[in-house]
Amino acid sequence: MLQTINLETIASYAAFYLFAGMAIGFAGSVVYQRNPLYSAISLIGVFLSLACIYVTLASPFIAATQILVYAGAIMVLVVFVIMLLNVEEDLLSTKRLKSLTAVGAIMGLALASQAGFIYYAVTTSLNRSATGGTATSQPTMGATQAIGESLFTRYLLPFEATGLLLLMAIVGAMLLSRRLSTENLEKVVEHERELRHDADFN
Amino acid sequence: MVPNLAYYLVLSGILFAIGAFGVVYKRNAIGMFMCIELMLNSVNLSFVAFSRYFNDTTGQMFVFVVMCVAAAEAAVGLGIIISIFRNRESLDVDDASILKN
Repeated sequence: MLQTINLETIASYAAFYLFAGMAIGFAGSVVYQRNPLYSAISLIGVFLSLACIYVTLASPFIAATQILVYAGAIMVLVVFVIMLLNVEEDLLSTKRLKSLTAVGAIMGLALASQAGFIYYAVTTSLNRSATGGTATSQPTMGATQAIGESLFTRYLLPFEATGLLLLMAIVGAMLLSRRLSTENLEKVVEHERELRHDADFN
Repeated sequence: MVPNLAYYLVLSGILFAIGAFGVVYKRNAIGMFMCIELMLNSVNLSFVAFSRYFNDTTGQMFVFVVMCVAAAEAAVGLGIIISIFRNRESLDVDDASILKN
């Protein structure tokens, strides 16, 4: 079937290939760079190109959240920890886990065949279904208002659960990363011991 | 006419594979952490693509929840990394292969 090629088609494909190429390139750079700071900056590049792809997928809310949460909050935290700990460059030792090479090869082959099967299944089912493969234009779909309405009506319980999860994460992170001096630690241990002692008597 | 769903799924798969390779390949804990974030993002991309092509906001809800989980993971994971570094003066995951300290 011969399709008329118009400017919109060329633009959407060009945008996809540009941002997809940027995402893959930056992702390769995340793995390739030895210096953790360089990988962190490459990861920010991946997040930004994915945000651009979300915009082309008519999801501006998700794109904005991607930039705010990932590139803004999470990566700042990562870079902060990298600088706080003064992480040294990654050194590769070749003797590490050499005995598992064969197992790794087999499992990699299994993963690759699964990926191939999923690709095959998706493409064939897309060709079969009439509506699944093409985006129908419905401009309100990704709008922030629609997302907000379903977030507070149909998906209220997951939303509340997410809030609880974040609270638990905050408390856990504070517990994990606090440092007590030796005398304070002894005070805490002594206090706990007294509490248990009292509980035993009562 | 826009790129069809398979394009986005293939991109998502490639990013996920790069992330999975990085988790195995990286030696320090922060590098592994960043590769896990990469994998989470590739899954987000496929959620958004499905949500677009089936005209359903459920996929975007999933992305929202995944982002919150990633934020929680960042807080707790980096806390663990800091405490490992305090105890062992190293971020190499091989040095932390024994949980006892």
